[in-house]
Amino acid sequence: MLIEILGTGCRKCIALGDNVQAALDGAGLSATVEKVTDIVEIAGRGVMSTPGLVIDGRVVSSGRVPDAEEIARFLRTP
Amino acid sequence: MQVKVSAARCATIRGPGADTGTTWKDGMTELLAWLNDHLLRMQWLADLVAILVRDGFGLDIEGRIGGSVHFFLYDVVKIFILLCVLIFCISYAQSYFPPERTRRILGGRTGMGANVVAALLGTVTPFCSCSSIPLFIGFTGAGLPLAVTFSFLISSPLVDLASVILLASIFDWGIAIAYVVTGLVLAVAGGTLIGRLGMEGQVQSFVYASPVSDHGGHVPSRAERAAYARGQVSDIVHRVWPYILLGVGIGAAIHNWIPEDAVTALLGRDKWWSVPVAALAGIPIYADIFGTLPIAEALVGKGVGTGTVLTFMMAVTALSLPSIVMLRRVVGARLLTLFVGITAGGIVLIGFVFDALAIHLT
Repeated sequence: MLIEILGTGCRKCIALGDNVQAALDGAGLSATVEKVTDIVEIAGRGVMSTPGLVIDGRVVSSGRVPDAEEIARFLRTP
Repeated sequence: MQVKVSAARCATIRGPGADTGTTWKDGMTELLAWLNDHLLRMQWLADLVAILVRDGFGLDIEGRIGGSVHFFLYDVVKIFILLCVLIFCISYAQSYFPPERTRRILGGRTGMGANVVAALLGTVTPFCSCSSIPLFIGFTGAGLPLAVTFSFLISSPLVDLASVILLASIFDWGIAIAYVVTGLVLAVAGGTLIGRLGMEGQVQSFVYASPVSDHGGHVPSRAERAAYARGQVSDIVHRVWPYILLGVGIGAAIHNWIPEDAVTALLGRDKWWSVPVAALAGIPIYADIFGTLPIAEALVGKGVGTGTVLTFMMAVTALSLPSIVMLRRVVGARLLTLFVGITAGGIVLIGFVFDALAIHLT
């Protein structure tokens, strides 16, 4: 499973990273977590406001920081 | 030397026989003026700081050092209060207009109407110059015409509720509303002009191939909106506090140390070059509008024309070297030059018009 965190490095992106890690730990899953910081690449994924969260190529959230619980739900849905 | 502390509301003193003929309109004007003085200019704060400086530090308010300290403390506190309150309220309102929703609204419209809606939406959509590129790519990739996208890109940093309220605090509501109207007109005209010039070829091809993601449309709850607004306040304060201190420092220097003659020689109402100079000074600067507030106040206090000050503030917010550099990655040099030229030209024009109006109205 590939999880990409899209953001230029602001505090919200870091918070999202923490929440993603918490969600993974809580669900006992492992995944490759990558940070995408280039703004053109971020937009190229179809995200218009950061931070963005992409799971296996699917954009699940943009412009906000979902908490670990919500991220866990994203991880469960195929 | 003009000192804020002694700015009394003389106009409110009415004689005993003057109550006949007071209408609700007078009452409204009174109320607005009172709100302006206490919520925006924060006269009570100026007085408090004056007491601190006079009695706490033992400095003379009228003197240079005392005056500078007073200006600095009063302005810093005032701006931070305004910043927190305004950003919170506006971010809460902005949570109703995420870029995805803006894109959806604009997608169904054509012609000048689309430009007008784009310019209007630009004022309420959350925007920092770091998101100009993803926004540009997101809008253009979804098929929105360049005219519409650029109307949005011009109005977004230029006009927003925060700048309107700040302007009302420095000048008055008439100027603030005129600023909004001219900013919107500039956005619509600029976008339309760009659209007419057929610059689609100037956009990097990958932009047109960008995926459009409209994921689910999560509707935030009230608590989530409040949390988002709080986050915005925190983010923005962390980002702009150095600019505010710098801006207040410069404002204090202008207010207390730089003689009026020097300021008017460069930026005086009667000098034709004051507007272009203000524009040239403002364009490359990357700063938040809250940082320009104290500088604008100080300049006004030294006799710089309304138009010149507006030009400076607009130039700082509408264009910045970092965002221009970033935009160059998705847009050809000709289109970029056109965009910068139209925006800068419009800002200078607005400056001249407001300066001329001010001279004729006073």
